[in-house]
Amino acid sequence: MTRAIQVRGLRYRYADGTQALNGIDFHLDAGESVALFGANGSGKTTFVLHLNGLLRGEGSIEICGLPLADDTLQDLRSKVGVVFQDSDEQLFMPTVLEDVAFGPLNLGLSPEDATTRARTVLKRVGMAHALDRAPYHLSAGEKKRVAIAGVLAMDPEILVLDEPTTFLDPPARRDLVTLLRGLPQAKVLVTHDADLARALATRAVFFEQGRIAGEGEVIEIVQRFHWEYS
Amino acid sequence: MHHLVIDRWSRGSSPLHARDPRAKLAVLLVFLVAVSTTPPRAQLAFVAYAALLIVAIRLAHLPLRGMAGRAALVLPFSATFALITWWSGDPLRALALAEKSFLSGMAALLMVSSTPLTAWTAALESWRAPRMLILVIQFVYRYLFVIAEQAQRMRWAALCRRGTQKGYFDFSAAAGLLGVLFARSWQRADGIYHAMLSRGFHGRFVPSPPPPFRASDAMFCSTCFAGCLAIRLLL
Repeated sequence: MTRAIQVRGLRYRYADGTQALNGIDFHLDAGESVALFGANGSGKTTFVLHLNGLLRGEGSIEICGLPLADDTLQDLRSKVGVVFQDSDEQLFMPTVLEDVAFGPLNLGLSPEDATTRARTVLKRVGMAHALDRAPYHLSAGEKKRVAIAGVLAMDPEILVLDEPTTFLDPPARRDLVTLLRGLPQAKVLVTHDADLARALATRAVFFEQGRIAGEGEVIEIVQRFHWEYS
Repeated sequence: MHHLVIDRWSRGSSPLHARDPRAKLAVLLVFLVAVSTTPPRAQLAFVAYAALLIVAIRLAHLPLRGMAGRAALVLPFSATFALITWWSGDPLRALALAEKSFLSGMAALLMVSSTPLTAWTAALESWRAPRMLILVIQFVYRYLFVIAEQAQRMRWAALCRRGTQKGYFDFSAAAGLLGVLFARSWQRADGIYHAMLSRGFHGRFVPSPPPPFRASDAMFCSTCFAGCLAIRLLL
């Protein structure tokens, strides 16, 4: 099976001296979905910010066989789509259509092609009716869909979703799970939600103080680390 | 919120909204030059400029009172200089200073309220304005949203816990809020920047190609240029 992500010995220390990652070895196969569990501050989000070069630590990262380096950064960012926890941070253009077309335009597509691609993915995520709406007028579930559309418009091979169900009500959460299940990309899910992980992931990794403390099937990791709300 | 209102206004449909952004920018530039070079004694000219703006605001289907209120935000700054000028014994110049800044603010507000940000920054880019300047405008505009939203949330949170305390409490709370506001806004702006980078942003917003400059746009420019020139030279 082709490796979508291969990380070896990743370490990262923040400017204030906090050692956020302390030797992470991780892999993700093409088409696979992995859930990242762990307490707040355990290094999950810091880790995923490394996957498309937003943070740069020590160690090696390969995405689809391509090493992460200055000259490969732009290519890698089109391969790894990050959906941030807070959709308001991700939606910064004045209209939904412009926001979703932002990535394709940066990839060098013509405005016509970028708009066509944006319309296609918005239709795919069920947001075709909101093309001209301002993102800040959408509900939390709609914002999340548009944020995912913005990432899908870049045609990534890997989707990284940071706490995708935060702020969502139960129907919006159900819709999101259905949407994500239908996407063929390999997925990294950063979540506290064991049910979501069970629904979408085949494997789970548990982070603890910047290290991987355990790895295995989702049910096994949930039970081993008592990772449920009740 | 105010910034949302202007953004909404800019996406309206009116004869002024339909004009090419380059035409509106050119007219704004000519208007600003005309206003700033008008001598203080030509008070009738300032009335005429104001009348011209009122006609344009009506044409753009924008609320006159709302526009005037927002344009008046520039007054505290110019009023300081106007007061100094007044005290130095030149009340007419002081009045002209306030009038010029208000009219200029109103004209600039009319332009941004009748043209989406992406359209007028694309127009600036087509004029080969420095890219760094355009980038700064685009970032400032986006981050204004961030700061305003953050301020709104914090204000609500403070009001919820204020109870019946007023006066000194308001002042000390506001001072504390201001510090936290900038720290949080910075954090959020950083998050937005990360989101932009992760979607391939490489230091430049890709502008849409400008639409063809039509005869009606040229006509609009000529009429406005003629109006500004006539007021400047004849009144």
